[in-house]
Amino acid sequence: MDSHTVAAQTAEAAHTEHEHPAFLRHHFASVEQQRETATFGMWLFLLTEIMFFGGLFCAYLIFRNWYYPAFVDGSHSLHIWAGTLNTTLLIVSSFTMAMGVHASETRMRKALVGWCIATIILGCGFLCVKAYEWHDEWVEHHVPGLNFSPEGFMKVNPDYPADKPLQLDMAEKTQVYFSLYFAMTGMHALHMIIGVSLLTILTIRAWGGAYTSGHVAPVENFGLYWHFVDIVWIFLFPLLYLISRHQ
Amino acid sequence: MHFISPVLWQFLIKWLTYFAIFPPEASSIAPYADALYFFLVAISVVGLGAVAVLVVTFSIRYRKEMNPVATPIEGSTLLEATWTIIPLILFMICFVWGALLYFRIYSPPPNAMNIYVVGKQWMWKVEHPGGQHEINALHIPINRPIQVTLISQDVFHSFSIPAFRVKREAIPGRYNTEWFEATQVGTYHLFCTQYCGTLHSQMIGEVVAMTPEDYEAWAAASISGNSLAQNGERLFASLGCNSCHNSGPNAHGPNLANVYGSHLQMKNGSFVTVDDAFLRDTILNPTMHEVAGFAPIMPTYQGQVSEEGLIDLVEYIRRLDSQYRIEQTIDNSAAQPIQTGATPPGTSSPSLAPGAVKP
Amino acid sequence: MSTIVILPDQTTATLPKVSYLNKEYGLKSWLLTGDHKRIAVLYMISITFFFFIGGAMAGLIRLELLTPPSDLLAADTYNKVFTAHGIIMVFLFLVPSVPATIGNFLIPIMVGAKDLAFPKINLLSWYLYVVAGIMILCVLSFGGVDTGWTFTTPLSTHYLNTHVVAAGLAVFVAGFSSIFTGLNFIVTIHRMRAPGMTWFRLPLFVWSHYAASILMVLGTPVLAITLVLVVLERTIGIGVFDPTKGGDPLLFQHLFWFYSHPAVYIMILPGMGVISEVISTFSRKRVFGYTAVAFSSVAIAVFGFFVWAHHMFVMGISSYSALVFSLLTMLVAVPSAIKIFNWSATLYKGSITFETPMLYAFGFLGLFTIGGLTGVFLGSMGMDIHLTETYFIVAHFHFVMVGGMLMAYLSGVHFWWPKITGRMYPEGVSKLAAVITFVGFILTFFPQFLLGYLGMPRRYAAYPPEFQVLNVFSSAGASVLGVGYLLPLLYLTWSLKYGKIAGPNPWQATGLEWQIQSPPLTENFVETPIVTHEAYDYEWLESKKGSEVPTVG
Repeated sequence: MDSHTVAAQTAEAAHTEHEHPAFLRHHFASVEQQRETATFGMWLFLLTEIMFFGGLFCAYLIFRNWYYPAFVDGSHSLHIWAGTLNTTLLIVSSFTMAMGVHASETRMRKALVGWCIATIILGCGFLCVKAYEWHDEWVEHHVPGLNFSPEGFMKVNPDYPADKPLQLDMAEKTQVYFSLYFAMTGMHALHMIIGVSLLTILTIRAWGGAYTSGHVAPVENFGLYWHFVDIVWIFLFPLLYLISRHQ
Repeated sequence: MHFISPVLWQFLIKWLTYFAIFPPEASSIAPYADALYFFLVAISVVGLGAVAVLVVTFSIRYRKEMNPVATPIEGSTLLEATWTIIPLILFMICFVWGALLYFRIYSPPPNAMNIYVVGKQWMWKVEHPGGQHEINALHIPINRPIQVTLISQDVFHSFSIPAFRVKREAIPGRYNTEWFEATQVGTYHLFCTQYCGTLHSQMIGEVVAMTPEDYEAWAAASISGNSLAQNGERLFASLGCNSCHNSGPNAHGPNLANVYGSHLQMKNGSFVTVDDAFLRDTILNPTMHEVAGFAPIMPTYQGQVSEEGLIDLVEYIRRLDSQYRIEQTIDNSAAQPIQTGATPPGTSSPSLAPGAVKP
Repeated sequence: MSTIVILPDQTTATLPKVSYLNKEYGLKSWLLTGDHKRIAVLYMISITFFFFIGGAMAGLIRLELLTPPSDLLAADTYNKVFTAHGIIMVFLFLVPSVPATIGNFLIPIMVGAKDLAFPKINLLSWYLYVVAGIMILCVLSFGGVDTGWTFTTPLSTHYLNTHVVAAGLAVFVAGFSSIFTGLNFIVTIHRMRAPGMTWFRLPLFVWSHYAASILMVLGTPVLAITLVLVVLERTIGIGVFDPTKGGDPLLFQHLFWFYSHPAVYIMILPGMGVISEVISTFSRKRVFGYTAVAFSSVAIAVFGFFVWAHHMFVMGISSYSALVFSLLTMLVAVPSAIKIFNWSATLYKGSITFETPMLYAFGFLGLFTIGGLTGVFLGSMGMDIHLTETYFIVAHFHFVMVGGMLMAYLSGVHFWWPKITGRMYPEGVSKLAAVITFVGFILTFFPQFLLGYLGMPRRYAAYPPEFQVLNVFSSAGASVLGVGYLLPLLYLTWSLKYGKIAGPNPWQATGLEWQIQSPPLTENFVETPIVTHEAYDYEWLESKKGSEVPTVG
């Protein structure tokens, strides 16, 4: 029995003797293992997100193949300035996020907070532009199911005079295009909202110094998530906005 | 089949059918399906038997009292290969046999009699070309290939005749076909096998297979109106189709005489064979099927014609075998005033005044 | 080398003073725990609760089907009952059963870790499960849903006015519970193995869970997006599945089955892992062909992604694509056959005893073989035309899921009960329950194969009278089966207080979990194990019998 009490005591004593940072969780053997595990977990989660968006991309592929003229006209009705602005905002926000990760790694608390706030602002800017676009679709009767009307597509689009106006049956297929538009940008926006919310929490914690004393993993992994959301948009932008825009 | 004594085979089938643990073999394909089934049962019995024998004998021979010391064995690549390759071969036989059967069941012979079935919640509407309409029943002659063209008006249904070993889904939006040839006079179950809502279990009916003479008698007695093609002709006129499809020299639309079964060249250069599905989809989505040499001005009829109406039109076009038939249609429609209906905006097809032949 | 083992004298075994069960007391310590073992127990309680609700639904179905007309339940009610049975049994029982209970408990211990990689995500996973369960209970209480567990469009999007959106969202939430569990397992198995624990020293239980986790992580998100699209179509009216708006209902089928086929492998692979452990232990030898079994698990996972359209053979898919899917279906059947033969070969020259877990494992071998072979019937495309959408399908999946997976789950629960609770279950009544379950199961589901070939469609509340005899057999079997499942609920609960104390290794099994106390400490190991031996090494176990297992208190 003695050996057992000794074993128990040794376990506790070892805990207090061993120098380890407060953020090291006890089921990990080292900070390195914790960091690598967390990063692996985030990459795996991003893989699931790829599968999640994959279903939408698959549907897009099929319907664009079937109803190409409708997709062209639908795409031409979107505001390319809004899409380009959004793309720019997101790319810059990925840059600011990367700078934030760097600040966390180099233990610069105020810089980290600053870069995070910049990312939040850019993210919110994206969401504002997106909200404006969605409002615009509503006004133009392009919201599927709720107030959709194919009338606009049966007339000539002044911005694209070379586009032939669609017949009714193909014009009605633009509803499928917009269904995918709203589903894809909606899911993307949802991920943006979740990202901005998480980043707000991270920023508050970063202000308290949580991520500038060696505990870099949360900021790094959030950065991965943010870059992923950015990459999804990089795919959405040409697929939704840039169909046959070369004329 | 041939390699089992016919007497033994019949005894087996009759005994099983009487005790209702086996469905009747009432179609030409049923014995083929049953043969595959018995093969699958046989390899399952052999497979299960092998596993059972191994487990039972090892359990008895190597139970703890008989064998207190276990012998660690890592494995045996030879055994692994054996029990990988043998099941693989057996499964491949099942695959090939099943594939052949599948293609047989879903490839109708060219001379099949066509019957249209529209599924809706919760009934089957059967339409014979001669104009006989049935609900939840299907009368057919034996020894004649029958093709059933299926579509749904609302949700997924599935048209299943277990005695014939055939089944196919009736989907909204497109035609599916299946074919069979009944070989035995009798009445057989017709089931809807795809869950379709509240009265799914009531969407059942009867398939009545009759001798050809009885079928003729039934067909003659059941006709109450026009044939499908005649209905289609009326629709063709009332929807204004012959304003463009009138086979005149400057007609706006392709000539439909003998178009069914022909190869049409599309605007993008590809060729399509004109069948039921093509016709139905062209009426609903003409922009997707622009024919080479014609301006894309055909309006869509989505929402203006029901599934039954589409079937009528398809039947009519199917039987348009001559120029004379088209002129007949035009004359017939001249006898009654044509409602041209609202031409959808954005199109430029001229409306046809009664009696005029071409614009 | 001798593998004679002498089971430790149970009368001298004592419960350790400190374990994960009594380390902390109070509801909060359980509801906010990060301990994977406590989370496993929480899961076990919740899935048992939902199992009996789903079982009650099954009881109602079989009662209704005693007679041909729809006389017990109205048609709408019957449709809601079988939908509830399907949704609860698939998403709230079978998918989490072994992974979330036994897997959560054992994976860290089996790899030599103190906990899973992400304990908070593990707890979140349980809460998501509970939320999903509560949502389903609400749906049932407020009128039910009658889409079938398959949510077929356009029925679910346009032709029903029951709680389709709520049910779809509940399944969506349950899906994320599953994704997080799988994610945790994959990361843990990759990153947290103890020193010396190489991949090929892992127990096959871990391999099976790894393969199932890949499916969970890659497949479930597709179900999630499919359900989102159904909800959007139902609420806003987007038309991706609606032919009148240019959409395609077959797209739903492809997206749905892209997850739901791998889902069946998510359900069965962990059970196969249990069987590997149980057969090895009760034959006192290493599983025959360890590498083959390990790779078969991964092969099933990989191939399982490419066969989904075999659920759509009669829907009008191109015959040529059907060929491809049928071929791949035949290929995915082969690794399962390999496993069955390997397990059977493990018995050769073993030293076999017939405790309850082993009885359930034998039941698995027989019933899963039948179920798997009937899958070949269905994979053979021409045969599938006659058999699909009938009771043959119902019989097939109940054989693999209930005769296979549920038996494996019960086998695992009995096998690791001593480890989880520190107490033994009563062997006599448990053997009786196993036999009753086996007999009841065959009586319930074998007649359904015959009904299927006769053509009786599934999801029918009423049927033609000539099918009655077989239906009566099936319902009679269901009542026996119900007894077989109730018994463990009763005696396992009884054993918590009155069961014999188990000691650390009542089965004298190999595996790291048997080298620690029962129930384990919160941190599992007193010191990090260093692994020097292969899995299922009974000779190593022999050498360890000299030293006692460290027990705290």
